[in-house]
Amino acid sequence: MIHTVNKSPFERNSLDSCLRLSIKGSPILLLEDGVLAATKGTSVSEKVAAAQSDHPIFVLGPDLQARGLAEGDIAEGITVVDYGGFVDLVVEHGTVQSWL
Amino acid sequence: MSDEIEFNTAGVTKKFMYVNRKAPYGTIYALEVLEAVLISAAFEQHACIVFVDDGVYQIKKGQDTDAVNMKNFSKTYGIIAMEKEDADEDDDIDMVWRIIVEQESMEARGLRADDFVIDVEVIPSDKLAVIMSEQEIVISG
Repeated sequence: MIHTVNKSPFERNSLDSCLRLSIKGSPILLLEDGVLAATKGTSVSEKVAAAQSDHPIFVLGPDLQARGLAEGDIAEGITVVDYGGFVDLVVEHGTVQSWL
Repeated sequence: MSDEIEFNTAGVTKKFMYVNRKAPYGTIYALEVLEAVLISAAFEQHACIVFVDDGVYQIKKGQDTDAVNMKNFSKTYGIIAMEKEDADEDDDIDMVWRIIVEQESMEARGLRADDFVIDVEVIPSDKLAVIMSEQEIVISG
């Protein structure tokens, strides 16, 4: 199973619920406003860094670019993927749970 | 005129989970998930109906929507619970349904298991995470 989060962690609790209800090892893909959770030096950075010990975290590049964010703005250990990479993740991990 | 599409679902049973995370009436999410749950029942699929975060308010007792001119769909969950009981008792129906409330979400909102219109399993997040990971299809709202 792969989890996706498309809401800003500064506005909604989607990321918190995702972290609470995902088993260790399951990947998390941040997309749309969810990409904001991947940026460095924010009030949620520590939480996201801690989550990386349990989950591989990915962020969707096109949604970063649209918001003026570059790879250099992204916290260490988070992998940027394009739409093709998104598809690969879904093919690899099967069931998708979207935290809306 | 196009040919009618036939769905042959006989013998095809998958594990569905419906994740309700929004309070009722403020947005359309809750009602849309309920529609999907009803379709799932028609096709005799396995289903876990889960209430997490503000979704727990969808099945709170005592809802009265008359003054807001909307349909009180918590009553529909009462019917779903009755269907579940029938399916549980009928050996010919291969359909396992569970209705689950996440303990953390319930407690964070000052609610208890007897505040709901239907009987629910109250399950902590770590155990619910495992149940979720075992599903084949997850529909969330």
